[in-house]
Amino acid sequence: MVPLLLTAIAKPDLIVFLAAALVVVAGGIGVISYRNPVHSALSLVMTMFGIATLFIEQNAQFLAAVQIIVYAGAIVVLFLFVIMLLGVDRAEVFSRERIRAQRPLAAVAGVVTLGEILILAHATWATGAKAANGPIGNSSDNVFKIAQVVFSTYLLPFEATAILLVIAVLSAVYLSKRVVVNVDEALEAPEDEVSLFAAEETEKRAPKEQSSKNDDEVYEV
Amino acid sequence: MTVPGNWYLILSAILFSLGVIGVLVRKNVIVMFMSVEMMLNAVNLSFVTFSRMLGDIGGQVLVFFVLVVAAAEVVVGLGIIVSIFRRRVGVTADDLHILEG
Repeated sequence: MVPLLLTAIAKPDLIVFLAAALVVVAGGIGVISYRNPVHSALSLVMTMFGIATLFIEQNAQFLAAVQIIVYAGAIVVLFLFVIMLLGVDRAEVFSRERIRAQRPLAAVAGVVTLGEILILAHATWATGAKAANGPIGNSSDNVFKIAQVVFSTYLLPFEATAILLVIAVLSAVYLSKRVVVNVDEALEAPEDEVSLFAAEETEKRAPKEQSSKNDDEVYEV
Repeated sequence: MTVPGNWYLILSAILFSLGVIGVLVRKNVIVMFMSVEMMLNAVNLSFVTFSRMLGDIGGQVLVFFVLVVAAAEVVVGLGIIVSIFRRRVGVTADDLHILEG
């Protein structure tokens, strides 16, 4: 234990790695074990920051910055918005299982996956082949190297991501559009998407819909 | 760079397995989504580690693309969750049992 400690003091990289690994694992356990989704989202932020630290330690400064901006700044905030919007920030009930013994089986499956990956990790990874995309560079020109490769070798995939983002925005707008809330219209038009669940929802919503039908809040897709 | 690359790979494997367990155990669809994001992060970490081990910038470029795809996936997935919630009462996986054949 003492030699290990001395080694750690002599190598600050090791200390940073161990601290970041602790943060990452603690955050990961928090995500899957907190009952409240908001706490899970905050644990996810913790994991992201740990991963970003590990990126910096491996000379991937650009990716560390993007990780913080995109994940912690955008994706987790989106999660939190949806949680608040839907009001699902209540603990979930584990008493009613549809599949018997699902949770122990899931834990076993997770442990088996971990063992499998660790066994695979013992195989020889590095082939010794020459770098296909150019050298990794040192810490000062990380952005330059990435930009050079993205705008030459990976130009077509880069343009494809632009199309992908446009498609994602369009689909998000389409999905979040208001649907028909008028029950009579929904029943008259069975091919409409709202009728997918209309059979169960009709009785449930009928009194509410009658009252809101008089308002001007009836929109169509 | 004194920390060997294998340590990063083991950490990545642990994080990935936590994500697998999260997807399988949790019922809240949003938390399942977070677990998927955790798995993507684990893979990103191993990409960067391989990039360092092999001295090739391609791994970091791949992580860049994975980030873009993850962002698009979250946008579409949360849109689907919101539109499901409009029609159903809850957003746990049990509430979607109508999807079974």
